[in-house]
Amino acid sequence: MPELRLTPSMRILAGLLEIRTGQTLSENRFWRIETLLRPIVRSNRLRGLDDLVAAIQADPAGPLARAVVDALLNNETSFFRDEYLFRMVSHDLIPALMEEVRASGREKHLRLWCAGCSTGQEAYSLAMLFRDHQARWPGWKMQIVATDISNEAVERAREGLFSQIDVQRGLPIGSLLRWFQPEGDQWRIDGALREMIDFRVGNLFEDGGPLGRFDMIFCRNVLLYFSPGRKRELFHVLSRHCGEGGYLLLGAGETVIGHSNDFVASRRFRGAYERARPVSLGAGVRAAGQAGRGGRP
Amino acid sequence: MTNCLVVDDSKVIRKVARHILESLNIKVAEACDGRDALTQCQNAEHDVVLLDWNMPVMSGMEFLQQLSALKATRPKVIFCTTENGLAHIKAALEAGADEYVMKPFDRDTLESKLQLVGVI
Repeated sequence: MPELRLTPSMRILAGLLEIRTGQTLSENRFWRIETLLRPIVRSNRLRGLDDLVAAIQADPAGPLARAVVDALLNNETSFFRDEYLFRMVSHDLIPALMEEVRASGREKHLRLWCAGCSTGQEAYSLAMLFRDHQARWPGWKMQIVATDISNEAVERAREGLFSQIDVQRGLPIGSLLRWFQPEGDQWRIDGALREMIDFRVGNLFEDGGPLGRFDMIFCRNVLLYFSPGRKRELFHVLSRHCGEGGYLLLGAGETVIGHSNDFVASRRFRGAYERARPVSLGAGVRAAGQAGRGGRP
Repeated sequence: MTNCLVVDDSKVIRKVARHILESLNIKVAEACDGRDALTQCQNAEHDVVLLDWNMPVMSGMEFLQQLSALKATRPKVIFCTTENGLAHIKAALEAGADEYVMKPFDRDTLESKLQLVGVI
């Protein structure tokens, strides 16, 4: 395999991604830049990455720069990714949270946040999980806030239209029958699930208004794209949004340990994290801003 | 090691499926129609059958019905077909299929479906 020539334009484009999203693209993955940006280069009738960088520098806040950042983000996701985690959430975590809510006398209402929701498969999986088990949880409501930095990904998530390949990854055929309708060669998700989810565009590190606090935060396969400093910062943001008795769920292979003291591993639920100490919901949350994503559930 | 019987009248599809399944460390046997598959199921134990719908001699649906009548504990059955309409999917599930793959498929799809039926 020929050695990849790292050009100044590649470094500039990787830098643009990091500035806009906090995501780091390591040099051994720079090959992705040319591959991912080729359609943009072609559709704008540019000669290559050097021309693309020149065009972005002429209008750094314009649609071309946004399209480049969107294209460089990793949209990899699937329904019920890491099935064991959804089983644990359904069998153990949600009932435990409901018990705590009941004991505190709060309204029968759970709030979930998918931080880095990509094209929506994780959020829709959670909505399906809740609706499929609703007979076990009479009177309960679930609100899901799902955020991502990519406009394009959030638009696709809101649309709720998935390809044949999308609906065959992780989604049991019975769930396809129950929750989707064919539309041409694609599959449209049920409006009842769509109504449970508030999809928003936002950056994890920028001020975008308060999201409030959540009983569960899913921030899965996001951390792997961030530097150690950014990871620490992200955990801090997440801890401010994690409600009393709430949980953080990470992707397989991701951990809080060694990155932050804001969360500790749950002793009751394997793979879940609890907030290390109470934090008051004040100006800090507003400053922390609206959330987005770095990676994909 | 998981054993999979790939039932398809297309040699190309069987070859593609075999390549993917073997990359998942699955032992593969092949059958070119439902009757051939039924004979093989009587003579050997399989954990899962990857089953085409439209085949000469005996269709996938006939195979599934006869297999269910024949064996109390039968292998998991995953339909793998170009019949991608809701009516076909419902009919397959009603007949006892465990999962359904709509062709064309790739490695991720097959792996996901095999995980869903619990054989890997």
